[in-house]
Amino acid sequence: MTAHSNVPRTPPRFSATFDPATLAEIRRAAATGIYDIRGAGTKRKLPHFDDLLFLGASMSRYPLEGYREKCSTEVVLGTRFAKKPIHLKTPVTIAGMSFGALSAQAKEALGRGATLVGTSTTTGDGGMTAEERAQSQTLVYQYLPSRYGMNPVDLRKADAIEIVIGQGAKPGGGGMLLGQKISDRVANMRNLPKGIDQRSACRHPDWTGPDDLEIKIEELREITDWEKPIYVKVGASRPYYDVALAVKSGADVVVLDGMQGGTAATQDVFIEQVGLPILAAIRPAVKALQDLGMHRKVQLIVSGGIRSGADMAKALALGADAVAIGTAALVALGDNDPQWEEEYQKLGTTAGAYDDWHEGLDPAGITTQDPVLAARLDPVKAGRRLANFLSVMTLEAQTIARACGKSHLHNLEPEDLVSLTIEAAAMAGVPLAGTGWVPGQTGGY
Amino acid sequence: MCGIVGLFLKDQKLEGELGAMLASMLCTMTGRGPDSAGFAVYGAGAPGQVKLSLRAAKGYDFPALAQGLSVPADGVPALSIRGTHAVIEVPAAREAQVRAFLAARHPEVAVVGSGTRMEIFKEVGLPSAVAEAFALPSMRGTHGIGHTRMATESAVTTAGAHPFSTGTDQCLVHNGSLSNHNGLRRSLAYQGMTFETENDSEVAAGYLTWRMKQGASLGDALEAGLKDLDGFFTFVVGTESGFGVLRDPIACKPAVMAETDQYVAFGSEYRALIGLPGIDTARVFEPEPATVYFWERAQ
Amino acid sequence: MPDTTFDLGTTPLRELNAALHKASAESNARRWRVLNPNGRHAVAVGIHAPLTVEIEGNVGYYCAGMNAEASIIVHGNAGQGVAENMMSGFVHVKGDASQSAGATAHGGMLLIDGNASARCGISMKGVDIVVKGSVGHMSAFMGQSGALIVFGDAGEALGDSLYEAKLFVRGTVKSLGADCIAKEMRDEHKALLHDKLTAAGLAGSVDISEFKRYGSARNLYNFHVDNVDAY
Repeated sequence: MTAHSNVPRTPPRFSATFDPATLAEIRRAAATGIYDIRGAGTKRKLPHFDDLLFLGASMSRYPLEGYREKCSTEVVLGTRFAKKPIHLKTPVTIAGMSFGALSAQAKEALGRGATLVGTSTTTGDGGMTAEERAQSQTLVYQYLPSRYGMNPVDLRKADAIEIVIGQGAKPGGGGMLLGQKISDRVANMRNLPKGIDQRSACRHPDWTGPDDLEIKIEELREITDWEKPIYVKVGASRPYYDVALAVKSGADVVVLDGMQGGTAATQDVFIEQVGLPILAAIRPAVKALQDLGMHRKVQLIVSGGIRSGADMAKALALGADAVAIGTAALVALGDNDPQWEEEYQKLGTTAGAYDDWHEGLDPAGITTQDPVLAARLDPVKAGRRLANFLSVMTLEAQTIARACGKSHLHNLEPEDLVSLTIEAAAMAGVPLAGTGWVPGQTGGY
Repeated sequence: MCGIVGLFLKDQKLEGELGAMLASMLCTMTGRGPDSAGFAVYGAGAPGQVKLSLRAAKGYDFPALAQGLSVPADGVPALSIRGTHAVIEVPAAREAQVRAFLAARHPEVAVVGSGTRMEIFKEVGLPSAVAEAFALPSMRGTHGIGHTRMATESAVTTAGAHPFSTGTDQCLVHNGSLSNHNGLRRSLAYQGMTFETENDSEVAAGYLTWRMKQGASLGDALEAGLKDLDGFFTFVVGTESGFGVLRDPIACKPAVMAETDQYVAFGSEYRALIGLPGIDTARVFEPEPATVYFWERAQ
Repeated sequence: MPDTTFDLGTTPLRELNAALHKASAESNARRWRVLNPNGRHAVAVGIHAPLTVEIEGNVGYYCAGMNAEASIIVHGNAGQGVAENMMSGFVHVKGDASQSAGATAHGGMLLIDGNASARCGISMKGVDIVVKGSVGHMSAFMGQSGALIVFGDAGEALGDSLYEAKLFVRGTVKSLGADCIAKEMRDEHKALLHDKLTAAGLAGSVDISEFKRYGSARNLYNFHVDNVDAY
């Protein structure tokens, strides 16, 4: 008996291919017959800005003195055709997130926070709420395939118009807002019956392709008397061609959203398996602008996984004019905050991992239409938190830029960066640290 | 992504103005395709002769090339130079031999099309500049098709400009974007077809050529294309005696046609057609999705 | 007699639209005439006043786009997306309309004397569309509310993924789209149809009993795995 128990045994071993998460997903699919739908962005590890480092000044370059020698941050968007371009004090904007996906309080808080630091916020699929217009000094109005809530009165109230062709979480995909979140107010704004699943189309209903987009842009300019900048937003998949075509179609600004970008409710398979990480998308996009002689003339906003001033500085160094944040802004408002841990546990998750944004049960009162939950978010206080976070991002980016001797964030260049990994070196087109090697740099995208 | 125009004359009295009408239609489509433009014109032809449309660098010495192609029996082939292109006429029996000679000895010259009546011209630049460079307004003919290109996923080059020749006296222009052209290109290459560009439209043209080499009529080849070509397309196809139109089953890309006793005309947008005679009383219609249309001259 | 005439052959489009935007319910110039549109895009877009605009000829894409309150009459054919996203008012196309006529329109009336091609009333959100001819494929795709009334025939996949838009077709329907079904034409529907035709100035021009009604089966309103063939 004892002899037998002394024989070494092979411990249970999980398959790397069929790991516990994979097994759980197969069981879930078998039980429900529907793919997993969730909010938030990619959860897998991707090559990202963390893999890049700045080369601070020392002997060959001279740094600027912190706090004394100015490092400017302002940016002007929409200088190509619009009579009234957008002036931002800092090159970090708030990405499009819909009323419907977010509570009215959350939308208002985004507007308040952005306005405090002199930047813009953006509407989403579902139209413009009075709260966000009132609290946003600069508001970008999204023009989406569904046209939910699209109306010319709000169009004229907007400061810029963003034609959404795709988003990083699901380039080529439409949307799905499940019935639980179609409250009376959301239903009314979207002309839909209450409580039904709301499908958003993946293509615009009245144009397809850049040759017809050019005509659509002309119409929007005519309606708004050529005053407002027209942005075109694409999900990162073929950025070189997409950016070139946006420019040819007449865009003032191109918004490029990497696959890390969040979403209200999308198939997990889409979030994790389609699109490019933003790190890999910026250089081809900038190359397209440069090849057309339009870099800095048609401005480029990049988004998808931007979390800090360092991320912003790196994106600008790679050639972007500004960045946009979504998930980081929600976290700044209070999303996934440990103070609600008990309630997250009841939902079968934990603070920091909660992604069932589409179910409308968000304990933080942000991704919900439940009036009791939504009332938990104080738009004034949450707006202040967002403003603080945006200020920190700006200060961080300035710190880095000064260290690199730049008096404006836009003077950061790819040559100020090196990469820690071969993957990031290839994707960002900057040399592996300590070498002059840029893998794959044979031209062409 | 592009603009397409096409004009098929029923009334012989208009043949002298074909080029002028086509040029005006083409220039109207500049917004849809500012990168490059091209056109095919079906003009006069001589029995037993074939016209080769050639393209070379600016200032190329085409007369010397023609001298090099002369043989005692036929003399120097007839040559007509327009800008960077030239059309030479050789006996049909000699076409294969001439093509082989050009391929071997003159790689700097590209054969962009051949036929008894078809001539193809295409170039990078705005449609107005392209039409002027080739003196399109002065051309006469029975029918023609034209294209303005906004390049999507392949380079802005002359080789990437439309029309693409699909065979003798046959050519194709495309508006849209195919989604399975890479796989199709590989399988056609395996069948022996050759491609000059990464352009999806060239694959569509090659596909039709391949089908017709297998014995299909143009109509049958287009029908088969509905099954084998994935993505979005409006095609206009020219042949020796007529022209055809095909839209994919989803039919998002625009197509407007006008027909009168004098002509049938095609435009990506109606405004391409407004200069045509009698347009105000023409029958204006949109071709149905997944339906092959064809207009043919009485022989 | 029009109060103001614009000749697009000599005046830039931008000036026409800007002038139309400045006009209001109090303006003296309430009747406008537009000459030589020549298939131009974005003619008379974004008006937000009770004006009457007569367009003498064919227009390109998005004529009367986002119209509010105005009556816009096209004496010719209209290109893609005529009266797209209209909020209110009346748009009358005397000829044919191209794709996506009345797309996403929230209100008002779009009357097309001729045929409308594919995707007529796509994503309609409250507009009433009357087509005296026929409509092409995918008409009323994802239609949310409002009414599409067709005197002639409808092409393939009518009312695919329909929400609560009401469809009335007098002629044949080539095929119905996913989740769209023929429904009983009860008295209240006949009354509704009568009201809409009266609003279009067409009361009595057709026999209401000849129309069939189509609407959403509402099977796709909440996802169920047994319906996956429809997605």
